[in-house]
Amino acid sequence: MHGFPWWPATASAYAGTIDFLFGSLLVVAALTSGLVFFLLLFFANKYRHGSNADRSGAIRKTWRFEVAWTAATLLVFVGMAVWGSTIYLRLYNPPADALQIFIVGKQWMWKAQHPGGQREINELHVPVGQDVRLVMASQDVIHSFFVPALRIKQDVVPGRYETMWFRADKVGRYHLFCAEYCGTDHAHMGGWLTVMNPRDFANWLEDQGGQTTLAAQGEELFRRYGCSGCHESGGTVRAPHLEGVFGSPVPLSDGSVVIADERYVRDSILNPKGQVAAGYAPVMPTFAGQVSEDDLAKLVAYIESIGPERSGS
Amino acid sequence: MHAPHDETYLNARVGIRSWLLTTDHKRIALLYFAGITFFFFIGGIAATLIRLELITPGPTLGSPDFYNRLFTMHGIVMVWFFLIPSIPTTMGNFILPMMIGARDLAFPRLNLLSWYFYIAGGLITIAALLLGGIDTGWTFYEPYSTFYATGYLILAVFGIFVSGFSSILTGLNFIVTVHKLRAPGMTWYRLPVFVWSTYATSLILILATPVLAMTLLMLLAERVLHVGLFSPQLGGDPILFQHMFWFYSHPAVYIMILPSMGVISEIVPVFARKPLFGYKFVVWCSIAIAAIGFLVWGHHMFVAGQSLYASLAFSFLSYLVAVPSAIKVFNWTATLHEGWIRFDAPMLYAFGFIGLFTIGGLTGLFLAALPIDVHVTDTYFIVAHFHYIMVGGAVMGFFAGLHYWWPKITGRLYPDYWARFAAILAFFGFNLTFFPQFILGYLGMPRRYQSYPPEFQIWHVLSSAGASILAFGYALPLFYFAWSILRGSRASANPWGATGLEWSTRSPPPPENFAATPTVVRAPYQYDQGKPCMQAGDV
Repeated sequence: MHGFPWWPATASAYAGTIDFLFGSLLVVAALTSGLVFFLLLFFANKYRHGSNADRSGAIRKTWRFEVAWTAATLLVFVGMAVWGSTIYLRLYNPPADALQIFIVGKQWMWKAQHPGGQREINELHVPVGQDVRLVMASQDVIHSFFVPALRIKQDVVPGRYETMWFRADKVGRYHLFCAEYCGTDHAHMGGWLTVMNPRDFANWLEDQGGQTTLAAQGEELFRRYGCSGCHESGGTVRAPHLEGVFGSPVPLSDGSVVIADERYVRDSILNPKGQVAAGYAPVMPTFAGQVSEDDLAKLVAYIESIGPERSGS
Repeated sequence: MHAPHDETYLNARVGIRSWLLTTDHKRIALLYFAGITFFFFIGGIAATLIRLELITPGPTLGSPDFYNRLFTMHGIVMVWFFLIPSIPTTMGNFILPMMIGARDLAFPRLNLLSWYFYIAGGLITIAALLLGGIDTGWTFYEPYSTFYATGYLILAVFGIFVSGFSSILTGLNFIVTVHKLRAPGMTWYRLPVFVWSTYATSLILILATPVLAMTLLMLLAERVLHVGLFSPQLGGDPILFQHMFWFYSHPAVYIMILPSMGVISEIVPVFARKPLFGYKFVVWCSIAIAAIGFLVWGHHMFVAGQSLYASLAFSFLSYLVAVPSAIKVFNWTATLHEGWIRFDAPMLYAFGFIGLFTIGGLTGLFLAALPIDVHVTDTYFIVAHFHYIMVGGAVMGFFAGLHYWWPKITGRLYPDYWARFAAILAFFGFNLTFFPQFILGYLGMPRRYQSYPPEFQIWHVLSSAGASILAFGYALPLFYFAWSILRGSRASANPWGATGLEWSTRSPPPPENFAATPTVVRAPYQYDQGKPCMQAGDV
């Protein structure tokens, strides 16, 4: 056995923020329950049947107490809600220049694809002090990507991309779990997040052998699946050109506008008639069932690579 | 005092048919007691096996599939066949009509039909679980249930669907009864709090259960007929399933806890010999919990991929629904002030309830805080939190009520020493079982894991040790209650010095409950210098 572990490992500044919130709530909870338990025991003893305690001061205007503790409770609770929400908002604002890694969950493993084409299973290597953004898909059922040391998790729902981001600040190896029950070997779907010095990380990438980048692999698929036939100049069918599209607003035929993010690109491949770009006929066939999640990630990485220049990626 | 040879609901008619075809709410309550007890021990055996399995970090008793079937069985049986029906169908059935001075529920035959739905559903589901079990967890998440689950899923889901009719019809019966069958003088603000909470529970039963029925039918339609509803492979949306499932299953938590809150609100004033502090606040808190409880289901889905704004709203509403629960705790505590407090077994269970429910409720505040939920959801923190509410709260309340109304139901007293011992044992066993799980959860131990990293083992061992004490605490009542039926001394009409109408009639009551319809002259829980002032006037 390993003694009594009291507190989880802390691998990011964000984790420290969560610990502070958690600790503060612990103090509030301890004070509240302490007060209630003290009064329960105090009254139970003082006013036990047969005691001679004075009972002449029975409280008449009970509504004053009701209003007081209702208001106090409400005030404290609203404070907690606001505090929690402001921290939560950070999870939805990934930095623009984050290192992007594609994750695919399947029964019962996590597969990662780095931009340089390096792949790993049930392991994730990231550099310390760098923002990392995970674009995650599931091949079968719902999984949940959970790293306790980072205090974050995100369900990965099949049929759509989910994203999460973090910045690990401490070199080390940390548990990586699947937190959403997913069948027989749910408990074995996981491994380690390894946070490395930038130099070690560069060496690690190097050691994975000569790789074609994810975007380059995507470009090849772009031709193999025949996408380029329509989506590049000289194509026989009029289809939108995809240079510079990624990350920018796309007007749709129904008058609305979407930002061309990973989710939009993925949906456009699998369900092209769902959101048709304005001015184009809905003639593209669906590729649902023909392109694996791994290949989808490569195609998305390629479309992203021909988008507007992004610093750092 | 009445002579023991007087006619009671127990001896008025004899024979198996007189029980299986009875329309007497008191006999139907006993039928439910039999079912509830059976399912409680089935679910309890599964729980015991789970705790045995988790003593070591690797597989201990069986394969991962065995473990997955075990926790699925534990969840399904405990939620649908013990916790949800537990207090309403037993004590609600028995006591509620007596509390309002009625002869029976509004629809006695419907009441019997409800029991048959419950038993039929229960047996169908148990059959599915024993034939080989299912491996979905009690939550049946999609697309796992449609395409990846093995075992007798269809049968088990159908059994739950059938038992839902029992919930709906019971809720309907209670609502009509409270509206139409109150004795003269029993105004709404003279209703005992147990009636109010059962009424609030019934509102949830009839409004939420149909949504569960629809969800389960949709699940079956997808699994059997491949109608695309929830699975992306068929063009469906897995998140839609979660919305529908939790739209029922969150209010279901209040179906479990509101009746227990009602029981505690009965017991605390009686054993403190004082009116309930803030009666009107307590009853309206029950209604508020039932109403706001319908608006917080999204807090089960903070990491599931629902929209950011939905999560912000659900977090806020979750804090809001906690306010009335907190108010109740304050009112129970304040009731003790300047009382004449007795510590019989029901009161010890009530103390246990308040303590454990307070911890359960306070840890709910951690989970309503969005970023903390992100870390601890689907870990043992959640497991600990909801067991504090459902076992520490609902089950403690069930035992409190059972010990409180036992003399009324059976006409016998039980050995108070052993009952108090069991209450204390259950309290400490419970805390030892579930408090370590809060720590495990914050450390990051995911739930539904048969195998886990070895550094978590110490907390699992402590938890399992607590479970063995808890199991003993739950098994003890079986023995002294059996002893009570066989050897216990006879109970007077009002052994606790309570004030409600049910204590104005004999123990056990005659088939018609009251010789003549009582007239209610005052609010409940009125005491004069520690002496009860009966709601029905002098008896």
